[in-house]
Amino acid sequence: MDYADTLPKQRSFGQTTRPDAWWLQPLVVFLGFSAFIIYSTWAAFQGVGDMQTGVPSYWFGGEHGEHGGANYLSPFYSPEFWGVSPHAILGATLPGWFPKWAPFSPAFLILWIPAGFRFTCYYYRGAYYKAFWADPINCAVGEPRKKFLGELSFPLIIQNVHRYFFYLAFLFIILLSYDAWLGMWFTDKAGKGHFGIGVGTIVLILNAVFLAMYTFGCHSLRHLVGGFLDSKSKAPTCAKAYSCVSCLNIRHMMWAWISLFWVGFTDVYVRLCATGHLTDFVFFKL
Amino acid sequence: MNKTVTFRIWRGDANGGKFVDYTTEITEGLVVLDVVHKIQAQQANDLAVRWNCKAGKCGSCSAEVNGMPKLMCMTRMDTLDITKPITIEPMRAFPSIRDLATDVSWNFRVKTKIKKFNPRKPDCEDGTWRMQQEDVDRVQEFRKCIECFLCQDVCHVLRDHHKHDEFIGPRFLVYTAALEMHPLDTEDRLAELKQSQGIGYCNITKCCTKVCPEHITITDNAIIPLKERVVDEFYDPFAWVWKKLRPKG
Repeated sequence: MDYADTLPKQRSFGQTTRPDAWWLQPLVVFLGFSAFIIYSTWAAFQGVGDMQTGVPSYWFGGEHGEHGGANYLSPFYSPEFWGVSPHAILGATLPGWFPKWAPFSPAFLILWIPAGFRFTCYYYRGAYYKAFWADPINCAVGEPRKKFLGELSFPLIIQNVHRYFFYLAFLFIILLSYDAWLGMWFTDKAGKGHFGIGVGTIVLILNAVFLAMYTFGCHSLRHLVGGFLDSKSKAPTCAKAYSCVSCLNIRHMMWAWISLFWVGFTDVYVRLCATGHLTDFVFFKL
Repeated sequence: MNKTVTFRIWRGDANGGKFVDYTTEITEGLVVLDVVHKIQAQQANDLAVRWNCKAGKCGSCSAEVNGMPKLMCMTRMDTLDITKPITIEPMRAFPSIRDLATDVSWNFRVKTKIKKFNPRKPDCEDGTWRMQQEDVDRVQEFRKCIECFLCQDVCHVLRDHHKHDEFIGPRFLVYTAALEMHPLDTEDRLAELKQSQGIGYCNITKCCTKVCPEHITITDNAIIPLKERVVDEFYDPFAWVWKKLRPKG
């Protein structure tokens, strides 16, 4: 007799003897992630129209003192390779090889990196396997499918690429910190920069900080800086780095949610300012 | 003051069974195992239940209380809602023997297949080794395991998908982590972890961590670090190059 035949039969989907609201956690995760995915997709597509009108809805500021001379770029659009804001590294004209029929938004070129980092993140994997795929929908609750491949074979074996997304996500922390730094400089009519702090500056700084707290608590980073060693006493720098990353890693889930919310909020704030729905308050300007 | 409680206990064996209600009185300070014993003494003398230490250290009284894997001896009655019947059933990842007793011998067979501890040559002439405390701190967490197999029970790969032939389960990933990360050990277990022991089946639901009565951070400290070591060995070309180039010693 096969060993599996001696085991209790698999329960049907949602079947459990748990009396608590086990469905609540996956539901909250489902709604939270769905809201972010829908919003970020909408925000990325806004750039298609911006490229046609030449007026960015993802950047708030003015190089000649307009809008208080602020310089806030949405994190969904940073780094901006081709685009209509002053941040565009390669200008507003798309290269000749880019197909004319294809819609283009500056966000399309970069959003796949943070999306890939989060999609392959160990915390997110566990959360969305439950919330979106019900595999399992929650601990000790029946599943909808009998077949299970796990991350052992295609397609989910691709999740092993996570550390490569980390390398790219690390670059984003540097770029978004630089954007926050640029957000501290307000240009006057003569084009001269003045150091200052506005609400948008704080929003951009917090965005970089929260993303850094999430990114530097990454499980792959924890392994790469010291987790791979069995004797950390022989490598004190690795030991120190390992304990720093472990410290953030303990609250990886919390930072994942805070940074997810805040990056979305940062885009909302910049967009509302840029489209004239909100006035940015500047605390001081030197 | 005495209170009345109803326990809905699964009665049966490998051929089938059903839930039977037992109503009894409880006093302050009892745990679930006390109440099961009371029911066994007064109402169901033939109720099979495995137990030993009553102190959360032997791992014998593992069962599912209100649907979640728990040690009955460590589940206080005042943490449960006694206005509704409390469900007690055997672990679902193992074959039923009778009532609340299950056959967990599969776990012991799995353990024999994991490569044993293989220390490096002794550091001193008297045959002893020298280690730094910080080097063994990490594996000491794993040695808290009492082998109650609650993590195996809640793991859906075993519980629902019955991958017992292809996946060793969280308990033995913790065991392997304790050996693999030991500063003295020289054995390489990564190929087995990837292939016959199926670490790739784990999809990080963290249910094992949630139910561990010893609060071992199974997923974050044992399984994910092992997954990362498997990535080093089998999936990351940069790691292969780095391994060749890095300074030895």
